[in-house]
Amino acid sequence: MKQSSIRIGAGAGYAGDRIAPALELARHGQLDWLVFECLAERTIALAQLERRQQADKGFDPLLAERMRAVLPTCLAQGTRILSNMGAANPLQAGREVLRVAHELGLSGVKVAVVQGDDVLERLLTDGLDLPLIDSDAPLSSLQDRLISANAYLGADALLPALQTDAQVILCGRVADPALFLAPLMHHFGWAANDWPQLGQGILIGHLLECAGQITGGYFADPGFKDVPNLARLGFPMAEVQADGSAVITKVAGSGGCVTVATCTEQLLYEIENPARYLQPDVVADFSQVRLTPDGPDRVRATGASGQPRPDTLKVTVGYHDGYIGEGQMGYAGPGCVARGQLALQLVRQRIQDAGLGQLEARYELIGVNSLLPQALATTEPNEVRLRVAVRTLTRQQAQLVANEVEALYTNGPAAGGGATKAVREVVAAAAVLVPRDWVQLQMTVLG
Amino acid sequence: MKLRQLAHTRTGDKGNRSTLTVIAYDAKDFARLETQLTAERVRTHYHGIVLGRVERFALPQLGALQFVLYEALAGGVTRSLALDAHGKTLSSHLLNIDIQ
Repeated sequence: MKQSSIRIGAGAGYAGDRIAPALELARHGQLDWLVFECLAERTIALAQLERRQQADKGFDPLLAERMRAVLPTCLAQGTRILSNMGAANPLQAGREVLRVAHELGLSGVKVAVVQGDDVLERLLTDGLDLPLIDSDAPLSSLQDRLISANAYLGADALLPALQTDAQVILCGRVADPALFLAPLMHHFGWAANDWPQLGQGILIGHLLECAGQITGGYFADPGFKDVPNLARLGFPMAEVQADGSAVITKVAGSGGCVTVATCTEQLLYEIENPARYLQPDVVADFSQVRLTPDGPDRVRATGASGQPRPDTLKVTVGYHDGYIGEGQMGYAGPGCVARGQLALQLVRQRIQDAGLGQLEARYELIGVNSLLPQALATTEPNEVRLRVAVRTLTRQQAQLVANEVEALYTNGPAAGGGATKAVREVVAAAAVLVPRDWVQLQMTVLG
Repeated sequence: MKLRQLAHTRTGDKGNRSTLTVIAYDAKDFARLETQLTAERVRTHYHGIVLGRVERFALPQLGALQFVLYEALAGGVTRSLALDAHGKTLSSHLLNIDIQ
């Protein structure tokens, strides 16, 4: 199926993203594709833990709500949906979409599910000697604590699913920009080794993948960078020509703005070397990208290129990394900083006395030195918030830390208020590189 | 004057590294930003936060400088004890740097 141009919208930039702008985009964007990117680095490990507790869970918790919102409109308009909301259980996510469709009285819905990113078994068998990226240690150093291992699949892994007549396509871990590249390759017939073309497709994907972050979200700085109607921020879409040239825009009348400035911030967001953006499909080169105005809320993005794809695939490994115990307490008015500092000393002493003084910890005052060093604080604030966070080996230790902060009520300086405490199990992420043939792709059509 | 008058910034996170983008509001200011905002000067500005080296890439056609701040995120977002584990707030701190 070759078209001269297509329109792709971004319906989410992270798992908890707002749903109303996605519906607005579905209704008024005249989209060919609506893509939901919902899988952060360790989200899939958390989903895997959930799946172990309940076999019918482990996919995005907002999947049903998102589908209820956009499915009727997308089906009526012929807009196909593509998402990594399958997380650690794409097949069950596919069944969930059918359940929602049934509930809405929608018939003829088909869901294509792509699996194969989960390489945990293979890693445990053959991969324990692999070195962890950004570390000297091998994967075996985490062996007893491993939760999940998911390869970043490329657009090539999605193409068989796009070739079916499924209206909804779900996957787990796929490189975020590849969720947008796949429809472009599918519609325009781009070759899997046309590196400059794929690089331009990755550019479009990268610009769209954080949704509202390119339409004026995460941008406003009053008096310097003002954004109109930010409360009703619209989500972005790209109008893409067969040669890969693209205009980033949004639905007319929606809030926010698409300008060269918003697009430049997003273009370089989380990019290290702009000439070598490593992706499973291509090493994209953004170093010569140009962004030019093309009318109100329209920016043209051109000039990306690419080099041959890497030989290996990156795998994110989720692992147990102990616990964090945290507590906060507020102080206000004259002397609030001195009382906050006294409180920090007390908690530190008490945690030492409990035998936990050697653990990695943060003792800080929000309002003074929690985000930037204390040396930069110039004026005394009228309120501060004590924060203590300690990395512990056990849940009980973390609970002790949290309780010591709360206990400042009756055992600390005067007039502390608004205590909060939290104990959380840490699921951390590391990465290894694996041979491409360790991924065994599987595509299933449901419905 | 402060950088804030001339440019806007955004940070992102990659493991234990922070990416820091500086974008001139006006293309004519890019040259002096490129001259004055060296990797070393940025590293000094983030003293106590950035423990590793700083790498810089220039994108003149975008009026942008891209910095990579190594060992800047207390181990990275998935295990950091920091309140702002992503280092999202770090971008604003650069706006306070002096530019001639």
